[in-house]
Amino acid sequence: MKETVRKPVLAVGPFHPLQEEMEFFQLTVDGEIVTDIDVRISYNHRGMEGIAETMQYDQIPFLVSRICGICSASHPLAYVQAVEDFAGITPPDRARYVRTIINELERIHSHVLWVGLAGHFIGYDTVFMWAWKYREPVLDLLEKITGNRNNYGNVRVGGCREDIPDELKPEILREMDKIEKKVDMLTKAVLDDPILHARLKGVGTLTKKDGIAYAVTGPTARGSGIKVDVRHDDPYAAYGELDWKVITQEQGDVFAKAVVRLLETSECIKMVREALKKLPGGPIAVEVKEIPPGEGCGHAEAPRGETFHYVRSDGGNRPVRHKMRAPSYVNVPSFRASCIGQHIADVTLTLAAVDPCYSCTERLAVVDSHNSVIHDYDSLLRLSREKTARLKKEIGAPEMRLEDI
Amino acid sequence: MSWKTWSLKKSVWVFHVNTGACNNCDIEIVNLLTPKFDVERFGMKLVGSPRHADALLVTGVVTRQAAPRLKEVYRQTPKPCVVFAIGACACDKGIFHAGYHVVGPVDKIVREEDPNAIIAYVPGCPPKPEAMISGVVKALSAL
Repeated sequence: MKETVRKPVLAVGPFHPLQEEMEFFQLTVDGEIVTDIDVRISYNHRGMEGIAETMQYDQIPFLVSRICGICSASHPLAYVQAVEDFAGITPPDRARYVRTIINELERIHSHVLWVGLAGHFIGYDTVFMWAWKYREPVLDLLEKITGNRNNYGNVRVGGCREDIPDELKPEILREMDKIEKKVDMLTKAVLDDPILHARLKGVGTLTKKDGIAYAVTGPTARGSGIKVDVRHDDPYAAYGELDWKVITQEQGDVFAKAVVRLLETSECIKMVREALKKLPGGPIAVEVKEIPPGEGCGHAEAPRGETFHYVRSDGGNRPVRHKMRAPSYVNVPSFRASCIGQHIADVTLTLAAVDPCYSCTERLAVVDSHNSVIHDYDSLLRLSREKTARLKKEIGAPEMRLEDI
Repeated sequence: MSWKTWSLKKSVWVFHVNTGACNNCDIEIVNLLTPKFDVERFGMKLVGSPRHADALLVTGVVTRQAAPRLKEVYRQTPKPCVVFAIGACACDKGIFHAGYHVVGPVDKIVREEDPNAIIAYVPGCPPKPEAMISGVVKALSAL
C-alpha cells in the first residue's frame, strides 16, 4: 500500500491527436533519468483472429488489411501467401509485380509519414507539414490504382484484384520523379542539420546485441546493424528479380533509424520504377476452384517489420485457424533496452522512432520515484521540444520561440 | 438558437478519440491539418484535451477497454458538444461486427452516457478527408 502512495499512477490524456497508440507506458524516473518502463497493451484488441475464422477465404484480405491502416498492403499479402503456400497456387507474373508496386508505394508513404511525425516530436512542425504534403500524391496514385486511398484490399488468393493500367504508368513515373526530389531534400536536410545531429545522435540507442535479444524487426533492427529484411532473406512477390539493397546503419540510435527510413524510401522509389519497367503482360489472377486441407505460412515485410500469417484449413470455405503476428508487437518490448537510462525529454522520440503501428491509443504517465512528479504526454512533448530549442541555442542557430514550435 | 449553440458553430475545436480503429481514419483526420486540406483555415483545430473541445471525432469500433474511456472523455467535454462517428466502424462496427471484444458502435456507448447526445455520422472506410469536411459542415449547419 505504501508503495502505491509513493508511486501514484495518473492516467493522463488517454488520447493524443498525433500518437494514437493504445499502449500504456508507465515510466519510473529518478529526476530526469528513466529507470524503468512498463508497457501495457490490448486496448485495441478487436479479436481479429476470431473474426477471421467466421469469414471466407476471399473476404479475409479485406479484414486483415484493416489490422493496421498503414500496413494495409503487407498484411493481406502475407495472408494470401500463406493460403497459396498450402493450396499450391502460383500467382501469375504480372500479379507478383503489381503486388510489389503496391507494397513499395505503401512503404514510401509510410516512411515519409514517419519522418513528418519525428519532425513534429522534436518541434520541427514545418517538416511535419511538408512531409505529409509530399505523401499525398502517393495516396492519390494508390486511389487511382485500387480505388481507395488506404485499405487497398488489392490482393486476393491467386493474384490481384485491380490491375495497373498502362495509361497510369507515365503518371506513376512522373510522381516518383517528384517525390524522389523531395525525399532527397529531406535526406540532405537530416544529414546536414547540426541540430538534428545533436538532438538525435546517441538518443534511444538499441545495441545490436539488445536488438537480437529482443528479436526486433524492420527499420528498428536495420538501424541497429541487424541485416534482416524479408524481402531480401526470403524473396516473395517480385523482390527476387529486382535490383535493390538492404539499408543498414550501425549506431542503433534515433538518427540511424531516421537515416535507414529515408534511404529505404529512395530504394523503394527505384524499385517501383524498375518493377514498372519490367511489368510483364498477361492475366493478374488465376482462378481458384477450392482450398484443400492443409496449413501454410506467409510473411511479408511491412513498413515496420516482418508481418507473419499462419492459416490452417480443413477443406471448407473458411480457415479453422488464422494466426497473425504484427511487427510492432515484437518491436515495442525493445523500449526496455532503449529507454532506460535516457532523459525524459528523449522518451517520446525514442518511442516514436520504433514507429509503433498506431492502430491504438497512447496513454502515458511518468512517475518520479522520489517526489512523485507526474508528467503527462503533453508535458513530455514540451520537454522534448524545449531540449531542441536549448540545443539550438548552444549551437548558435537562430533562436526559436516556444510559441512557434 | 441558444447562444451556446450559436457559439458552438464558429471555429470548432475538435478532439480526436480513437476507440479501437485500424488507424486509417486517424491518419486521415491528421491529414486534414496538413497543407492539402488545411482545415485550420476554417478555425478548426485539433486540441490535446477534451476539456478544450467543441466536438469529438470518434473513430473505431468501441472495444471493451475503450468503452469506459470514451464515456469518460464524453463526460469531460463541455456541453453542448457534437460527437462525430468517423468511419464505418464508428458508425456501425463495420467489418468487426462479429468481434467478441467489440461493444460499440459509438452512438450506443455515447447514448448510454447521455441519451440526448448530438451524434453525426461520416461513413467510409476510411472516409476521405473531403467527406469529413463535408460531414462537419452539414452537421453544424443542421444545428
